[in-house]
Amino acid sequence: MADDTSIGGAARGFPLTRRSAIAGVRSEDARERERSLESIIAAYWKPVYKYIRIKWGKPNEDAKDLTQEFFATALEKSFFASYDAAKGRFRTFLRVCLDAFIANQERAGRRLKRGGDLQLVSLEFESAEGELKTIDVPSPHSTETYFDTEWVRSLLGIGVEALRAECEASGKQVHFKLFERYDLERPATGAPTYDELAKEFGIPATQVTNHLAFARREFRRLLLDKLRELTINDEEFRLEARFLLGTGFE
Amino acid sequence: MSLLDDAAVERLRSAADWPDLSGTKYRILRRIARGGMGTIYAALDGELGREVALKVLSETDPSGDLSARLRSEAMHLARLEHPNIVPVHDAGILPDGRAYYVMKLVVGKGLHAWRGEGRSLRELLGVYQKVCEAVAFAHAHGVIHRDLKPDNVMIGAFGEALVMDWGVAKRIAGRGLSDPDAQVTLTPGAAGGSVEAAPPFGGTAHGTVVGTPAYMAPEQARGDVERLDSRTDVYALGALLHHLLSGAPPFTGADAREVLSNVLSRPPSPLRQIDRTIPRALESIASKAMSRRPSDRYATASEVAADVARYLDGRPVTAHPENLLERTGRLLNNHKTLILLVFAYLLMRLVVLAAVGR
Repeated sequence: MADDTSIGGAARGFPLTRRSAIAGVRSEDARERERSLESIIAAYWKPVYKYIRIKWGKPNEDAKDLTQEFFATALEKSFFASYDAAKGRFRTFLRVCLDAFIANQERAGRRLKRGGDLQLVSLEFESAEGELKTIDVPSPHSTETYFDTEWVRSLLGIGVEALRAECEASGKQVHFKLFERYDLERPATGAPTYDELAKEFGIPATQVTNHLAFARREFRRLLLDKLRELTINDEEFRLEARFLLGTGFE
Repeated sequence: MSLLDDAAVERLRSAADWPDLSGTKYRILRRIARGGMGTIYAALDGELGREVALKVLSETDPSGDLSARLRSEAMHLARLEHPNIVPVHDAGILPDGRAYYVMKLVVGKGLHAWRGEGRSLRELLGVYQKVCEAVAFAHAHGVIHRDLKPDNVMIGAFGEALVMDWGVAKRIAGRGLSDPDAQVTLTPGAAGGSVEAAPPFGGTAHGTVVGTPAYMAPEQARGDVERLDSRTDVYALGALLHHLLSGAPPFTGADAREVLSNVLSRPPSPLRQIDRTIPRALESIASKAMSRRPSDRYATASEVAADVARYLDGRPVTAHPENLLERTGRLLNNHKTLILLVFAYLLMRLVVLAAVGR
């Protein structure tokens, strides 16, 4: 996923501050606006693409073009800047914008500009297409929750890549490898035991416990940092954190 | 990287939620349950060598001043020694700012599952009374639970009812262990003004909704933290009775927001609309406990238990003014044996008189 998108920045490049990209799209500073939009695109392009494929039933080439066109239009017309937190979550706002955008395209019978006039994004649609083949396609009545589910998947993927980058930068590759082996990959034979991992990595089992605790703690931190960036205030952050981690009311 | 299939998504969510307990005496053994308020794990207390239940709350405390308060409140809760209360043993803050607390690991069944095994009304009400008494005890010691629901009542191996999960409990100012005999008699005015906005866990600010929507009092659903008092728990006890009698929560909805909206906009459906066999007196008890205005509810959990006891004893309950027909029916029901004996005696006399007359 590190190379999925160039506009969002490679995973190692995305900002891990508590700056809100949602607020940033309204900034007076053009660079700040662009950076903020890049952050939003990095988190949202996959859910948007898959949603267009599934909800709107578009062939993959059209879905690619519509995805690019959607974000290009968002940049051109600054419509993310019109988001009003009092009316709901940004995630919902973006989906509503997307529906309106596609509906407009359909109504106007507009011929899609292949790739869009603004070559803003160079996205790895193949990976998104590959994911579509491995996950359950929802029934037509649950496409709205499908967008939300794909948003969770996208953010978790970004979190994993951020952890990988951080572990590599700090010489903690073993920590990440253990995380990958235990929490990410799961062979049909089931999860390896800590003892098996200790043997495989040539370290004591207690170290496996400690390394995994570190990796999970960092994963959570990086994930929530990213989420902080994608929300506008504490309330939205709290609600979205619950949704993202599956511990909320929804 | 490999594609994130649905199973990987769930594993990553668990990984992000997994508590870092390094530096504590606890070691996670397995996850027991995950809910809106947090995740419960079975953990090993390395010092005492016993299994415990460890709950990690979902919310973090950004202000960072929770730790000292948490300790103080955990100590307070730990002293709630009652046969129907599973007390908090310990509490702490994880490196990521989330609070956790430790309690006895109870082996038993949740109230809903236990009810589903086909219990008599008397059995259900017997357990319910125990729950009310446990809650009344906590109130008398200055603690309100704030998350009473079937999932937080376990029925132990010997049929004992245990009220669990005091992790979002809230202390009410002016009451405590120095006042062990205090009765919960908070008047509307006093209660409204005397609630301490110092929750033990989760740092509940005004506007924050803590609890489980389907069983939540309207003031709690509004996040009106300052107005929460013992009658907030009384409402939840009414909701619990509703569930025990009907088998379902008083409010449902497609998601939590819809449930909250329903709680705030209307009273629950009357129990007898759901099931005509539910006695009117019990319907009235649940309805009074779940009054939308706290001042219309029972003032204490003990009063709820007392009304249920009156019903079980065949006496009139305070929540339901009987009409003549109901009163007659109750009296006939109460004195069934005596009436049958008198009837048999009169019948026998009639037979004897008829025989003598012939």
